[in-house]
Amino acid sequence: MQNANIIPLFVIIPLAAAFLISLIGRYVSLRFTNAISGLACFMLLGFSLYSVYVLQAQGIPALVYKVGGWAIPFGICMVLDGLTAFMLVTVNLVAFFVSIYSLSYMDKYTDRPKFFTLFFLMLTGMNGLIVTGDLFNLFVFLEIASIASYALVAFGTEAEELEASFKYAIMGSVASSFIFIGIAFLYGFTSTLNMADMAQVLNSKPNLWVVPFVTVLFLMGFGLKAAIVPFHAWLPDAHPSAPASISAMLSGVLIKTLGVYAMVRVFFNVLGVSQAVLSMLMFLGALSMLVAVFLAVSQWDLKRLLAYHSISQIGYVILGIGLGTPLGILGGLFHLFNHSVFKSLLFLNSGSIDYAVGTRDLNEMGGLKEKMPLTSSTNLVASMSIAGIPPFNGFFSKLIIIFACLQKGYLGYAVAAVIGSLLTLASFMKVQKYAFLGTLKEKYSQIKEVPLAMQFSMICLAIICILGGLLLLPALKFFLNDAVNVLLEGREYARVVMGLSGR
Amino acid sequence: MTLYLLCLALFSVGLYGVLRKRNLVKIIIGLGIIEYSMNLFFVLLGYRYHGRAPIDAQAQDILNMVDPLPQALVLTSIVIGLGVTALVISIAIRIYEKYGTFDITKIKRLKG
Repeated sequence: MQNANIIPLFVIIPLAAAFLISLIGRYVSLRFTNAISGLACFMLLGFSLYSVYVLQAQGIPALVYKVGGWAIPFGICMVLDGLTAFMLVTVNLVAFFVSIYSLSYMDKYTDRPKFFTLFFLMLTGMNGLIVTGDLFNLFVFLEIASIASYALVAFGTEAEELEASFKYAIMGSVASSFIFIGIAFLYGFTSTLNMADMAQVLNSKPNLWVVPFVTVLFLMGFGLKAAIVPFHAWLPDAHPSAPASISAMLSGVLIKTLGVYAMVRVFFNVLGVSQAVLSMLMFLGALSMLVAVFLAVSQWDLKRLLAYHSISQIGYVILGIGLGTPLGILGGLFHLFNHSVFKSLLFLNSGSIDYAVGTRDLNEMGGLKEKMPLTSSTNLVASMSIAGIPPFNGFFSKLIIIFACLQKGYLGYAVAAVIGSLLTLASFMKVQKYAFLGTLKEKYSQIKEVPLAMQFSMICLAIICILGGLLLLPALKFFLNDAVNVLLEGREYARVVMGLSGR
Repeated sequence: MTLYLLCLALFSVGLYGVLRKRNLVKIIIGLGIIEYSMNLFFVLLGYRYHGRAPIDAQAQDILNMVDPLPQALVLTSIVIGLGVTALVISIAIRIYEKYGTFDITKIKRLKG
């Protein structure tokens, strides 16, 4: 199976880029660093789109790559199935535009090689976490991505940034410990670390307390990584403190990969979900949705406001997936994709404002529309998307989630979703009013629109926001449906993976 | 069973340090204790009393062997812990340069 050989490339390419940049980036011109990072991200995007194509063209549920040629329960394996391909496209799409944007944006900071090294290490961790089929490997990649993100949050090394990074690092490490203990218990019970094998053992071996106990540990660990409400305290500090392009990566894809994807993969495909777990997920999702949006409305720091909205939108994703019906999971995953696009666009917009005007305080801005038409219009597109105004992609995913709630009879959660959406609209009206409308302040009469590379990323992401709804068309729906089917099949995942490995 | 409970006690000591101490360095030490307790627990899971070293030789049955896999995993985990600790300590040093204190109650320029 030759096609399976593309799977390790998702780890190799960013790792090689990080290595090259850190090794020789300091001694050669910046153009070299730029070229390598652009090329690596472009290749990753290409391969992730190709992986979707391969799965569709061959009509097979999954590709399995065995590292070092060891048979499956003994060696480490990498699995490419519908959900993996979906997440790879999401992560690498955002990473590509963010890296293009950073080429210009990082002029504000010194030491660009170090930035790109950490950036690619974070990407390695995320891609590796997505493709791996081994539970301990998942933990290792999760830690790689986490450590790189702790360092990136502190990248500016100002007092606030260090403080946020310290808080984030401590909480993140405690969360990782819970995940590690969960893995240890699972290993002690099943004597295997391969996720497919583990699912089979759990299927055949009766257990009373291991699965519920491990579920709670993972809910704490991954929930903290995903910043669901009772565990969200680090996010509003950490995400605004990073450079804007990294905030886009953190809010756009990191919390979804490390938190939502890992949690959903382990819960649905390995541990198996019960109604109690689903109810818990739905409740936490609805709670994050409402609590975070109330906190967001009152913020005056633009990036902090956006960070609170990340928590709130993750709530929608969790609520949708927690419903457990095909429609709900479809809505949740579609919203995950949409949110990663428009939230990274919003953070890039805030970075552009910071780059041109030099402030993040909404009170300081005003009338930027005439000086920065492009930032203003892309921001309008993203705001409308996140608030769920009809032609944009956010509308469709929220609509699906609300329909799914109604279909299953959860009227309260549907109403909560609508209220959350309205408050989101209100807070983005506030952003539009204070940042872009109104009169321009005297001292900002000299500001200019941002450089071309930054404009390019923002325009492309805005176009994806507008066209995102097209993914629901029958011709393109396989992209989402394949991902949904992986979650719906539950522990059948084991049979798929083991079957393909020739056993 | 007693050993597992002692692991839990060690874990609790570390968690207490992270949650209750005000000094940044003590918090980092608490984090280290949590990591040690986890690693110890994982190694204990694979340990057999009166077991022998996990070397696959002929004429010896595989029954009474210590499980080598947790030991390999714990090595990885120790390296990860080292990375986290090094990073957190360097951040703490930078914080001391900026704020002039290790007291966490005095380091709160961020709102929440």
